[in-house]
Amino acid sequence: MSKQVIIIGGGVAGLEAAGQLSKAGIEVSLIEKENKTGGHLNKWYKLFPDRRNSSEVKEYLDGITHHDGIKLLTNTTIEKFNRNKSHFSIITNEGKELTADAIVVATGFDLFKSARKEEYGYGIYDNVITSTDLEEMFRKGKIVLSNGNVPKTIGIVHCVGSRDEKVGNLYCSKLCCVTAVKQAIEIREHLPESKVFCFYMDMRMGGAFYEELYREAQEEWGVNFIRGKVSEAGEAIDNKLIIKVEDTLAGRPLKMEVDLLVLMAGMEMSEGGKKIAKMGGLNTGENRFFAVADHHYGSNRSNIKGVFYAGTCTAPMSITETISHARAAVSEVMDYLKNERK
Amino acid sequence: MKENNMEKFGFTISKGRQIDYESNDRRIAEYIFKREPSFRLCIECGGCSATCTTGNLTKFSLRELHILIKRGENDQVRQNIRKCMLCGKCTLVCPRGVNTRNIVVLAKQAFQKSDEYAI
Repeated sequence: MSKQVIIIGGGVAGLEAAGQLSKAGIEVSLIEKENKTGGHLNKWYKLFPDRRNSSEVKEYLDGITHHDGIKLLTNTTIEKFNRNKSHFSIITNEGKELTADAIVVATGFDLFKSARKEEYGYGIYDNVITSTDLEEMFRKGKIVLSNGNVPKTIGIVHCVGSRDEKVGNLYCSKLCCVTAVKQAIEIREHLPESKVFCFYMDMRMGGAFYEELYREAQEEWGVNFIRGKVSEAGEAIDNKLIIKVEDTLAGRPLKMEVDLLVLMAGMEMSEGGKKIAKMGGLNTGENRFFAVADHHYGSNRSNIKGVFYAGTCTAPMSITETISHARAAVSEVMDYLKNERK
Repeated sequence: MKENNMEKFGFTISKGRQIDYESNDRRIAEYIFKREPSFRLCIECGGCSATCTTGNLTKFSLRELHILIKRGENDQVRQNIRKCMLCGKCTLVCPRGVNTRNIVVLAKQAFQKSDEYAI
Protein backbone atom coordinates (compact mmCIF):
# COMPACT_ATOMS: atom_id res chain seq x y z
CA MET A 1 0.00 0.00 0.00
CA SER A 2 1.36 3.40 -0.90
CA LYS A 3 2.00 6.02 1.73
CA GLN A 4 -0.48 8.79 2.39
CA VAL A 5 0.19 12.45 3.03
CA ILE A 6 -2.26 15.20 3.90
CA ILE A 7 -1.41 18.68 2.69
CA ILE A 8 -3.15 21.53 4.44
CA GLY A 9 -3.55 24.50 2.11
CA GLY A 10 -3.94 24.66 -1.66
CA GLY A 11 -1.90 27.74 -2.44
CA VAL A 12 1.42 27.79 -4.25
CA ALA A 13 3.25 25.76 -1.57
CA GLY A 14 0.52 23.16 -1.16
CA LEU A 15 0.07 22.65 -4.89
CA GLU A 16 3.78 22.33 -5.53
CA ALA A 17 4.17 19.84 -2.66
CA ALA A 18 1.15 17.87 -3.87
CA GLY A 19 2.52 17.70 -7.40
CA GLN A 20 5.97 16.55 -6.31
CA LEU A 21 4.68 14.01 -3.79
CA SER A 22 2.27 12.44 -6.25
CA LYS A 23 5.09 12.20 -8.78
CA ALA A 24 6.97 10.16 -6.20
CA GLY A 25 4.04 7.78 -5.86
CA ILE A 26 2.57 9.14 -2.66
CA GLU A 27 -1.18 9.41 -2.22
CA VAL A 28 -2.06 12.98 -1.41
CA SER A 29 -5.13 14.56 0.15
CA LEU A 30 -5.02 18.28 -0.53
CA ILE A 31 -7.23 20.34 1.75
CA GLU A 32 -8.26 23.84 0.69
CA LYS A 33 -10.63 26.11 2.60
CA GLU A 34 -11.74 28.12 -0.45
CA ASN A 35 -13.73 26.75 -3.37
CA LYS A 36 -10.65 26.66 -5.60
CA THR A 37 -6.92 26.26 -5.30
CA GLY A 38 -4.31 28.92 -6.01
CA GLY A 39 -4.51 31.04 -2.88
CA HIS A 40 -3.24 34.58 -3.21
CA LEU A 41 -2.10 33.88 -6.75
CA ASN A 42 -5.75 34.17 -7.85
CA LYS A 43 -5.85 37.79 -6.73
CA TRP A 44 -2.67 38.89 -8.41
CA TYR A 45 -2.42 40.23 -11.94
CA LYS A 46 1.26 40.21 -12.83
CA LEU A 47 4.25 39.03 -10.85
CA PHE A 48 7.56 40.62 -10.01
CA PRO A 49 10.27 40.85 -11.13
CA ASP A 50 9.53 39.94 -14.76
CA ARG A 51 5.87 41.02 -14.76
CA ARG A 52 4.62 37.78 -16.23
CA ASN A 53 0.96 36.99 -15.85
CA SER A 54 0.14 35.19 -12.60
CA SER A 55 -2.10 32.81 -14.54
CA GLU A 56 0.99 31.26 -16.13
CA VAL A 57 2.22 30.11 -12.73
CA LYS A 58 -1.28 28.92 -11.87
CA GLU A 59 -1.34 26.91 -15.10
CA TYR A 60 1.97 25.29 -14.18
CA LEU A 61 0.66 24.37 -10.73
CA ASP A 62 -2.60 23.06 -12.15
CA GLY A 63 -0.57 21.00 -14.58
CA ILE A 64 1.54 19.25 -11.96
CA THR A 65 -1.44 18.63 -9.69
CA HIS A 66 -3.49 17.05 -12.43
CA HIS A 67 -2.73 13.60 -11.10
CA ASP A 68 -4.74 10.57 -10.03
CA GLY A 69 -2.78 10.33 -6.81
CA ILE A 70 -4.14 13.69 -5.59
CA LYS A 71 -7.48 13.89 -3.90
CA LEU A 72 -8.57 17.52 -3.75
CA LEU A 73 -10.97 18.64 -1.04
CA THR A 74 -12.11 22.23 -1.50
CA ASN A 75 -14.34 24.19 0.88
CA THR A 76 -12.75 22.08 3.55
CA THR A 77 -11.37 23.09 6.90
CA ILE A 78 -9.96 21.04 9.73
CA GLU A 79 -11.84 20.57 12.95
CA LYS A 80 -9.68 17.98 14.66
CA PHE A 81 -6.08 16.98 14.40
CA ASN A 82 -5.12 13.69 16.08
CA ARG A 83 -1.84 11.89 16.30
CA ASN A 84 -1.43 8.30 17.30
CA LYS A 85 2.27 7.43 17.33
CA SER A 86 3.30 7.90 13.73
CA HIS A 87 -0.20 7.99 12.41
CA PHE A 88 -2.22 11.13 11.84
CA SER A 89 -5.93 11.55 11.49
CA ILE A 90 -7.85 14.66 10.61
CA ILE A 91 -11.55 15.38 10.93
CA THR A 92 -12.85 17.88 8.39
CA ASN A 93 -15.67 20.39 8.78
CA GLU A 94 -17.91 17.88 7.04
CA GLY A 95 -17.10 15.28 9.65
CA LYS A 96 -15.00 13.23 7.29
CA GLU A 97 -11.96 11.42 8.68
CA LEU A 98 -8.71 11.43 6.74
CA THR A 99 -5.67 9.47 7.78
CA ALA A 100 -2.05 9.92 6.83
CA ASP A 101 1.53 8.91 7.49
CA ALA A 102 2.73 12.51 7.34
CA ILE A 103 1.33 16.02 7.18
CA VAL A 104 2.50 19.01 5.18
CA VAL A 105 1.28 22.31 6.57
CA ALA A 106 1.05 24.89 3.79
CA THR A 107 -1.38 27.35 5.28
CA GLY A 108 0.35 30.39 3.81
CA PHE A 109 -0.10 33.96 4.91
CA ASP A 110 -2.82 36.57 5.32
CA LEU A 111 -2.27 40.09 4.13
CA PHE A 112 -2.07 42.58 6.97
CA LYS A 113 -5.47 44.15 7.56
CA SER A 114 -4.70 47.72 6.65
CA ALA A 115 -7.64 49.19 8.57
CA ARG A 116 -5.64 48.42 11.71
CA LYS A 117 -3.28 51.20 10.71
CA GLU A 118 -6.00 53.78 11.32
CA GLU A 119 -3.83 56.80 10.61
CA TYR A 120 -3.72 55.85 6.92
CA GLY A 121 -7.50 55.89 6.64
CA TYR A 122 -8.16 52.56 4.94
CA GLY A 123 -11.87 51.89 5.22
CA ILE A 124 -12.43 55.53 6.14
CA TYR A 125 -11.40 57.37 2.97
CA ASP A 126 -12.63 55.92 -0.30
CA ASN A 127 -9.44 56.49 -2.23
CA VAL A 128 -7.13 54.74 0.16
CA ILE A 129 -6.66 51.23 -1.20
CA THR A 130 -4.33 48.29 -0.64
CA SER A 131 -1.90 46.55 -2.95
CA THR A 132 -4.48 43.77 -3.45
CA ASP A 133 -7.22 46.25 -4.38
CA LEU A 134 -4.85 47.70 -6.95
CA GLU A 135 -4.13 44.26 -8.42
CA GLU A 136 -7.86 43.83 -8.90
CA MET A 137 -7.98 47.16 -10.73
CA PHE A 138 -5.13 46.01 -12.97
CA ARG A 139 -7.03 42.80 -13.70
CA LYS A 140 -10.06 44.80 -14.74
CA GLY A 141 -7.79 47.15 -16.69
CA LYS A 142 -9.33 50.15 -15.00
CA ILE A 143 -7.63 52.32 -12.41
CA VAL A 144 -10.22 54.75 -11.17
CA LEU A 145 -11.11 56.71 -8.08
CA SER A 146 -14.32 56.15 -6.15
CA ASN A 147 -16.04 58.83 -8.25
CA GLY A 148 -14.96 57.20 -11.51
CA ASN A 149 -12.28 59.76 -12.33
CA VAL A 150 -8.76 58.81 -13.32
CA PRO A 151 -6.15 59.53 -10.63
CA LYS A 152 -3.36 61.91 -11.59
CA THR A 153 -1.16 61.66 -8.51
CA ILE A 154 -0.70 58.36 -6.76
CA GLY A 155 1.13 57.77 -3.48
CA ILE A 156 2.43 54.36 -2.46
CA VAL A 157 3.13 53.70 1.22
CA HIS A 158 5.69 51.00 2.01
CA CYS A 159 5.83 48.97 5.23
CA VAL A 160 2.13 48.96 6.16
CA GLY A 161 1.95 46.41 8.94
CA SER A 162 5.62 45.50 8.62
CA ARG A 163 8.57 46.73 10.70
CA ASP A 164 6.04 48.33 12.97
CA GLU A 165 6.01 47.71 16.66
CA LYS A 166 2.69 49.52 16.95
CA VAL A 167 0.91 46.65 15.20
CA GLY A 168 3.09 43.99 16.79
CA ASN A 169 5.03 43.09 13.65
CA LEU A 170 8.73 43.64 14.08
CA TYR A 171 9.71 41.75 10.94
CA CYS A 172 10.14 42.94 7.37
CA SER A 173 7.70 41.33 4.92
CA LYS A 174 10.51 41.76 2.39
CA LEU A 175 8.35 41.61 -0.75
CA CYS A 176 6.28 44.76 -0.39
CA CYS A 177 9.17 46.95 -1.61
CA VAL A 178 9.43 45.13 -4.91
CA THR A 179 5.63 44.92 -5.14
CA ALA A 180 5.52 48.71 -4.76
CA VAL A 181 8.07 49.13 -7.53
CA LYS A 182 6.20 46.71 -9.79
CA GLN A 183 2.86 48.38 -9.13
CA ALA A 184 4.34 51.86 -9.62
CA ILE A 185 5.54 50.79 -13.05
CA GLU A 186 2.17 49.27 -13.88
CA ILE A 187 0.33 52.44 -12.83
CA ARG A 188 2.59 54.47 -15.11
CA GLU A 189 1.99 51.98 -17.88
CA HIS A 190 -1.80 52.18 -17.50
CA LEU A 191 -1.85 55.92 -16.87
CA PRO A 192 1.04 57.58 -18.72
CA GLU A 193 -0.08 61.02 -17.53
CA SER A 194 0.10 60.10 -13.87
CA LYS A 195 2.75 60.85 -11.28
CA VAL A 196 3.71 58.14 -8.82
CA PHE A 197 5.49 58.63 -5.49
CA CYS A 198 6.79 55.80 -3.32
CA PHE A 199 7.31 56.57 0.36
CA TYR A 200 9.82 54.15 1.83
CA MET A 201 11.97 53.66 4.91
CA ASP A 202 14.52 51.44 3.18
CA MET A 203 14.34 49.97 -0.31
CA ARG A 204 14.83 46.26 0.24
CA MET A 205 15.59 44.86 -3.17
CA GLY A 206 17.17 41.60 -2.11
CA GLY A 207 15.83 39.20 -4.73
CA ALA A 208 17.17 38.38 -8.15
CA PHE A 209 16.39 41.22 -10.59
CA TYR A 210 14.60 43.34 -7.96
CA GLU A 211 17.24 46.09 -7.99
CA GLU A 212 17.10 46.14 -11.79
CA LEU A 213 13.35 46.65 -11.61
CA TYR A 214 13.87 49.52 -9.16
CA ARG A 215 16.28 51.12 -11.61
CA GLU A 216 13.85 50.59 -14.47
CA ALA A 217 11.13 52.31 -12.43
CA GLN A 218 13.35 55.38 -12.10
CA GLU A 219 14.87 55.35 -15.54
CA GLU A 220 12.03 54.37 -17.81
CA TRP A 221 8.92 55.17 -15.84
CA GLY A 222 9.91 58.26 -13.87
CA VAL A 223 8.67 56.91 -10.57
CA ASN A 224 9.59 59.19 -7.65
CA PHE A 225 11.02 57.85 -4.40
CA ILE A 226 10.84 59.81 -1.16
CA ARG A 227 12.55 58.48 1.93
CA GLY A 228 10.26 58.79 4.91
CA LYS A 229 7.53 56.93 6.70
CA VAL A 230 4.11 58.47 6.09
CA SER A 231 2.80 59.46 9.50
CA GLU A 232 -0.81 60.12 8.53
CA ALA A 233 -3.30 60.65 5.72
CA GLY A 234 -6.26 62.98 5.84
CA GLU A 235 -8.94 63.96 3.38
CA ALA A 236 -9.35 67.47 1.97
CA ILE A 237 -12.71 68.96 1.03
CA ASP A 238 -12.24 68.06 -2.65
CA ASN A 239 -11.73 64.38 -1.75
CA LYS A 240 -8.01 64.62 -2.29
CA LEU A 241 -5.84 62.92 0.26
CA ILE A 242 -3.25 64.90 2.15
CA ILE A 243 -0.30 62.96 3.41
CA LYS A 244 2.29 63.99 5.93
CA VAL A 245 5.79 62.61 5.89
CA GLU A 246 9.30 63.74 6.64
CA ASP A 247 11.44 63.94 3.55
CA THR A 248 14.31 62.61 5.62
CA LEU A 249 16.94 63.17 2.98
CA ALA A 250 15.94 66.80 2.60
CA GLY A 251 15.57 66.98 6.38
CA ARG A 252 12.21 68.73 6.21
CA PRO A 253 8.58 67.76 6.73
CA LEU A 254 6.72 67.31 3.49
CA LYS A 255 3.03 67.61 2.73
CA MET A 256 1.55 66.24 -0.47
CA GLU A 257 -1.85 65.92 -2.07
CA VAL A 258 -2.56 62.67 -3.84
CA ASP A 259 -5.66 61.36 -5.57
CA LEU A 260 -5.06 57.75 -4.71
CA LEU A 261 -3.09 56.23 -1.85
CA VAL A 262 -1.96 52.61 -2.13
CA LEU A 263 -0.94 50.78 1.04
CA MET A 264 1.65 48.00 0.73
CA ALA A 265 0.15 45.55 3.19
CA GLY A 266 2.64 43.17 4.75
CA MET A 267 2.36 39.44 5.33
CA GLU A 268 1.15 37.86 8.56
CA MET A 269 0.65 34.33 9.82
CA SER A 270 -2.70 33.22 8.44
CA GLU A 271 -5.72 32.76 10.66
CA GLY A 272 -6.00 29.21 9.36
CA GLY A 273 -2.40 28.56 10.33
CA LYS A 274 -2.99 29.85 13.85
CA LYS A 275 -5.89 27.47 14.22
CA ILE A 276 -3.81 24.50 13.07
CA ALA A 277 -0.97 25.51 15.39
CA LYS A 278 -3.29 25.47 18.36
CA MET A 279 -5.02 22.26 17.37
CA GLY A 280 -1.86 20.34 16.55
CA GLY A 281 0.39 21.71 19.29
CA LEU A 282 2.74 23.21 16.71
CA ASN A 283 5.16 25.85 17.91
CA THR A 284 4.97 29.36 16.60
CA GLY A 285 7.64 32.04 16.82
CA GLU A 286 7.62 35.55 18.18
CA ASN A 287 6.52 36.72 14.75
CA ARG A 288 3.54 34.29 15.01
CA PHE A 289 4.59 32.27 11.96
CA PHE A 290 5.29 28.56 12.50
CA ALA A 291 8.60 28.07 14.26
CA VAL A 292 10.87 25.86 12.18
CA ALA A 293 13.14 23.22 13.73
CA ASP A 294 16.29 24.90 12.46
CA HIS A 295 16.68 28.12 10.52
CA HIS A 296 19.62 26.87 8.47
CA TYR A 297 18.98 23.25 7.68
CA GLY A 298 15.58 22.39 9.08
CA SER A 299 13.20 25.05 7.83
CA ASN A 300 10.66 22.43 6.71
CA ARG A 301 10.61 20.50 9.98
CA SER A 302 8.33 21.23 12.92
CA ASN A 303 8.43 20.29 16.58
CA ILE A 304 6.34 17.20 15.78
CA LYS A 305 7.82 14.27 13.90
CA GLY A 306 5.94 13.71 10.69
CA VAL A 307 4.59 17.26 10.42
CA PHE A 308 6.36 19.43 7.88
CA TYR A 309 6.06 23.00 6.67
CA ALA A 310 6.02 24.39 3.17
CA GLY A 311 6.06 28.03 2.13
CA THR A 312 4.92 31.26 3.72
CA CYS A 313 3.40 29.69 6.82
CA THR A 314 6.96 29.88 8.18
CA ALA A 315 8.01 33.34 6.94
CA PRO A 316 7.35 35.81 4.13
CA MET A 317 8.55 34.32 0.84
CA SER A 318 8.32 35.07 -2.86
CA ILE A 319 6.71 32.55 -5.21
CA THR A 320 10.15 31.39 -6.34
CA GLU A 321 11.18 30.75 -2.75
CA THR A 322 7.84 29.16 -1.90
CA ILE A 323 8.17 26.64 -4.69
CA SER A 324 11.72 25.79 -3.65
CA HIS A 325 10.63 25.49 -0.03
CA ALA A 326 7.75 23.19 -0.97
CA ARG A 327 10.09 20.94 -2.95
CA ALA A 328 12.44 20.83 0.03
CA ALA A 329 9.49 19.84 2.22
CA VAL A 330 8.78 16.96 -0.14
CA SER A 331 12.35 15.76 0.14
CA GLU A 332 12.03 15.84 3.96
CA VAL A 333 8.73 13.93 3.78
CA MET A 334 10.21 11.26 1.52
CA ASP A 335 13.19 10.83 3.81
CA TYR A 336 10.90 10.58 6.82
CA LEU A 337 8.59 8.01 5.23
CA LYS A 338 11.48 5.88 4.05
CA ASN A 339 13.94 6.09 6.92
CA GLU A 340 12.60 7.66 10.05
CA ARG A 341 9.06 6.56 10.50
CA LYS A 342 8.71 3.71 12.91
CA MET B 1 43.51 88.53 17.01
CA LYS B 2 44.88 86.94 13.94
CA GLU B 3 41.42 85.87 12.85
CA ASN B 4 40.06 89.38 13.20
CA ASN B 5 42.75 90.68 10.90
CA MET B 6 41.83 88.04 8.40
CA GLU B 7 38.23 89.14 8.50
CA LYS B 8 39.23 92.68 7.67
CA PHE B 9 40.70 91.38 4.47
CA GLY B 10 37.48 89.61 3.69
CA PHE B 11 38.76 86.15 4.60
CA THR B 12 37.58 83.78 7.25
CA ILE B 13 38.95 80.47 8.30
CA SER B 14 36.09 78.10 7.86
CA LYS B 15 35.64 75.31 10.31
CA GLY B 16 35.63 71.91 8.67
CA ARG B 17 32.24 70.41 7.96
CA GLN B 18 33.26 66.93 9.02
CA ILE B 19 31.85 65.26 12.05
CA ASP B 20 35.02 64.72 14.07
CA TYR B 21 33.95 61.48 15.63
CA GLU B 22 36.94 61.04 17.94
CA SER B 23 36.93 64.57 19.33
CA ASN B 24 33.18 64.86 19.70
CA ASP B 25 31.67 64.60 23.14
CA ARG B 26 29.20 61.77 23.35
CA ARG B 27 28.49 61.97 27.05
CA ILE B 28 25.00 63.31 26.36
CA ALA B 29 24.34 60.29 24.16
CA GLU B 30 25.74 57.89 26.76
CA TYR B 31 23.58 59.48 29.43
CA ILE B 32 20.48 58.81 27.33
CA PHE B 33 21.48 55.31 26.20
CA LYS B 34 21.79 54.26 29.82
CA ARG B 35 18.38 55.56 30.86
CA GLU B 36 16.35 55.05 27.69
CA PRO B 37 17.62 52.00 25.79
CA SER B 38 15.01 52.49 23.04
CA PHE B 39 17.25 55.38 21.94
CA ARG B 40 19.27 52.74 20.06
CA LEU B 41 16.33 51.57 17.97
CA CYS B 42 15.82 54.52 15.62
CA ILE B 43 15.84 53.64 11.92
CA GLU B 44 15.60 57.25 10.74
CA CYS B 45 12.18 56.87 9.13
CA GLY B 46 11.16 60.40 10.05
CA GLY B 47 7.70 59.49 11.33
CA CYS B 48 8.32 61.58 14.45
CA SER B 49 9.40 64.63 12.49
CA ALA B 50 6.47 64.35 10.10
CA THR B 51 3.93 64.43 12.88
CA CYS B 52 5.74 66.99 15.05
CA THR B 53 3.89 70.32 15.40
CA THR B 54 7.07 72.20 16.25
CA GLY B 55 8.84 70.66 13.29
CA ASN B 56 6.09 71.71 10.92
CA LEU B 57 6.32 75.33 12.03
CA THR B 58 9.98 75.87 12.86
CA LYS B 59 13.32 74.45 11.92
CA PHE B 60 13.19 71.53 14.28
CA SER B 61 13.63 67.87 13.44
CA LEU B 62 13.53 65.27 16.16
CA ARG B 63 15.02 62.67 13.86
CA GLU B 64 17.93 64.96 13.12
CA LEU B 65 18.41 65.81 16.78
CA HIS B 66 18.62 62.11 17.62
CA ILE B 67 21.37 61.50 15.13
CA LEU B 68 23.24 64.65 16.16
CA ILE B 69 23.22 63.56 19.81
CA LYS B 70 24.52 60.13 18.80
CA ARG B 71 27.34 61.74 16.86
CA GLY B 72 28.16 64.14 19.66
CA GLU B 73 27.23 67.26 17.69
CA ASN B 74 25.81 68.70 20.85
CA ASP B 75 25.92 72.43 20.18
CA GLN B 76 23.21 72.23 17.53
CA VAL B 77 21.08 70.10 19.80
CA ARG B 78 21.37 72.27 22.87
CA GLN B 79 19.82 75.24 21.12
CA ASN B 80 17.17 73.34 19.28
CA ILE B 81 15.86 70.96 21.85
CA ARG B 82 14.22 73.74 23.81
CA LYS B 83 11.62 74.09 21.08
CA CYS B 84 10.03 70.72 21.92
CA MET B 85 6.66 71.08 23.66
CA LEU B 86 6.75 67.49 24.95
CA CYS B 87 3.38 66.64 23.44
CA GLY B 88 4.51 63.04 22.77
CA LYS B 89 2.99 62.56 19.32
CA CYS B 90 6.41 61.43 18.11
CA THR B 91 6.31 58.55 20.56
CA LEU B 92 2.84 57.54 19.38
CA VAL B 93 3.83 57.18 15.74
CA CYS B 94 7.26 55.59 16.15
CA PRO B 95 7.31 52.16 14.45
CA ARG B 96 10.28 51.10 16.53
CA GLY B 97 8.73 52.03 19.87
CA VAL B 98 11.36 54.66 20.61
CA ASN B 99 10.32 56.81 23.55
CA THR B 100 11.26 60.00 21.78
CA ARG B 101 9.62 62.24 24.32
CA ASN B 102 11.67 60.76 27.13
CA ILE B 103 14.81 61.20 25.06
CA VAL B 104 14.13 64.92 24.84
CA VAL B 105 13.57 65.07 28.60
CA LEU B 106 16.78 63.14 29.25
CA ALA B 107 18.76 65.26 26.79
CA LYS B 108 17.69 68.40 28.63
CA GLN B 109 18.68 66.80 31.93
CA ALA B 110 22.02 65.74 30.50
CA PHE B 111 22.79 69.23 29.22
CA GLN B 112 21.97 70.70 32.58
CA LYS B 113 24.16 68.17 34.35
CA SER B 114 27.02 68.74 31.96
CA ASP B 115 26.77 72.47 32.67
CA GLU B 116 27.09 71.66 36.34
CA TYR B 117 30.00 69.33 35.55
CA ALA B 118 27.88 66.52 36.96
CA ILE B 119 28.41 64.11 34.06
